[in-house]
Amino acid sequence: MERYLDHLDQLESEAIHILREVAGQFERPVLLFSGGKDSITLVHLALRAFRPGNFPFPLLHIDTGHNFPEALAFRDQLVHEIQEHLIVRKVEDTMKVKNLPEPKGKFASRNALQTFTLLDAIDEFKFDACIGGARRDEEKARAKERIFSVRDEFGQWEPKLQRPELWNIYNGKIHKGENVRVFPISNWTELDVWHYIQRHQIELPSIYFAHEREVIEHEGQLVAVSPYIKIDETDVITKRRVRYRTVGDMSCTAAVESNADTLEKIINEIVATKTSERGETRIDDKVSEAAMEDRKKNGYF
Amino acid sequence: MDILRFITAGSVDDGKSTLIGRLLYDSKSIMIDQLTAIQQQTKHKAVGEIDLALLTDGLRAEREQGITIDVAYKYFSTPKRKFIIADAPGHIQYTRNMITGASNANLIIVLIDARNGVVEQTRRHSLIASILKIPHVVVAVNKMDMVGYAEDVFNNIMIDYAVVAEKLGLKNVTYIPISALKGDNIVEKSTAMSWYDGSSLLSFLENVPVRNDVNLSVTRFPVQYVIRPQGETLHDYRGYAGKLISGILKVGDAVSVLPQGINTHIASIEHNGKNVEEAFAPQSIIVHLADDVDVSRGNVIVPVQQQPLSDKAFSSMICWMDTKPLQIGNRYWLQLNSTLVKCIVTNINYVLNVDSLTKQEHIDKIQLNEIASITLKTATPLVYDKYESLPVNGAAILIDEATNVTVGACMIQ
Repeated sequence: MERYLDHLDQLESEAIHILREVAGQFERPVLLFSGGKDSITLVHLALRAFRPGNFPFPLLHIDTGHNFPEALAFRDQLVHEIQEHLIVRKVEDTMKVKNLPEPKGKFASRNALQTFTLLDAIDEFKFDACIGGARRDEEKARAKERIFSVRDEFGQWEPKLQRPELWNIYNGKIHKGENVRVFPISNWTELDVWHYIQRHQIELPSIYFAHEREVIEHEGQLVAVSPYIKIDETDVITKRRVRYRTVGDMSCTAAVESNADTLEKIINEIVATKTSERGETRIDDKVSEAAMEDRKKNGYF
Repeated sequence: MDILRFITAGSVDDGKSTLIGRLLYDSKSIMIDQLTAIQQQTKHKAVGEIDLALLTDGLRAEREQGITIDVAYKYFSTPKRKFIIADAPGHIQYTRNMITGASNANLIIVLIDARNGVVEQTRRHSLIASILKIPHVVVAVNKMDMVGYAEDVFNNIMIDYAVVAEKLGLKNVTYIPISALKGDNIVEKSTAMSWYDGSSLLSFLENVPVRNDVNLSVTRFPVQYVIRPQGETLHDYRGYAGKLISGILKVGDAVSVLPQGINTHIASIEHNGKNVEEAFAPQSIIVHLADDVDVSRGNVIVPVQQQPLSDKAFSSMICWMDTKPLQIGNRYWLQLNSTLVKCIVTNINYVLNVDSLTKQEHIDKIQLNEIASITLKTATPLVYDKYESLPVNGAAILIDEATNVTVGACMIQ
């Protein structure tokens, strides 16, 4: 027998190692759960890291109020199945308390407001480590981030003063009030995640698979008709066969035209695509060249 | 499919980021929207061709200054392999970030500008490659287009570098003449250098053997976390979770729990929820012991017949990464895998002169980016192997007690 791990098994073992480092080094960790494929993969990895024990952390969902209903239903079903603790904090509540105005515009996104709710939740529960499903292949500021990424008391990332991160040794020492953002699947690509989901037959919300949906076409992107976007008279509503390549808010996630209704077909489409995941599906990243870097500096995931 | 992790190193302007951009571009790993974005920026900067370096310089400050400050990780695959690239800074000021990228690499590409030959940063990066024991070294002589693709330029650099490699004890050195800007010998063999009979860079990266980089003959299992469900049905369950960092572990093996030195047997092993008869590195597993012994995070489980070292004092190579110098008498946290102990610096044995590669003794401070040998004393015995013989159990970091920052990379001697 050949004793060798292929790339998916290596990435899995690395991620489990990181999750267990969090469990071993922190007092109040939390797993940020969005309902997307990356955080669903994280939950699957946590099951492998800690079963038959319970997770040494709760799940936290920052609910913008603009979710796909399918993603919320999936979230609740998953939490019920695995019998773990889910905390939900709503952006809407933060807006009321802090008297924040509702963002305006055609695709008014509460994406930026999530940061306030997240930082408040970290403060409320005194979380010292927040595990997230971000990957370095997603975006060029993320490509620079450590696996253990220290945030100061204000939740800010300082990209020019990152701690050296050597070998597989993760330094989780922080001062009171600081927290560490931990990214166990940093080294996975979009395709690695899909291959992993396929290998282990991990269930996903239905919107990842091709389905009929009413959409408008805006600057080449297909946006689902929902109460969260403003439909103008010039918009043409059509029914198209689409799927989602990422699952974020209904207000800022675009669909892709597709007939892929199985994991195999989705993987084939992603192999053949000429557009990146964020470029194709995120309406919020196009604002400026350094949009992600700036959001992260302010405490965004 | 397996994984090759590699790092690119070289001086500022040797073309590291351009090389990576070229690898991604020619292997068709760049998406249209990313290309459009860099084309727009190239226009802003009023440069003629697309600036492939913009693909990896992810921070605003980097794009403004046109240099790489921190490591950027990039990913691409060919049908043969998944590649993880650490694009590391060349500037001396950011050497610590280069070491971050180098510490996990199977292979290092040392870029040399064909016009400049071997320079101080070449020696510095090669020294780091040698003390980190990176298994494979590729010397890529870049900008061959600017020296008329001349064979003798390449040969002379090979001769110069061979001297450096000899001094540093670097083995497995491969030389490839390239032009990252023009794409010569990157993916396809160059037609401009018919005198070169080796493979293209990508073809070399696809075929260099990496499977032997994992040590399967000496077994080390550091315990990360104890799983105790304490539910009614699993009342007596007690599993030791961790990653087998080297070697093979089998049910029934006679093992020692260190540093306590208690001997017992492996009762069972779980891997991904299933009981298995054996596990091998680098699998993450859960181990159950035959006897009821006290085991916690920071303990190491090893075969009785393969004892590591266990000492309170030892010497170590160190790459110093803090602006505040290291001095005799300073105290730090030392972290080795899941072990965390306090330590004190009892001696500075020598500092390496990067240029002459000689040892300088009687030094009282180690400055940022210097490489030295020190003696450390720990509060409790440290279980380790010499980095030379088993890097995964001989590498440690020093953490500043006041700032919590990682300030040193240790390779125990």
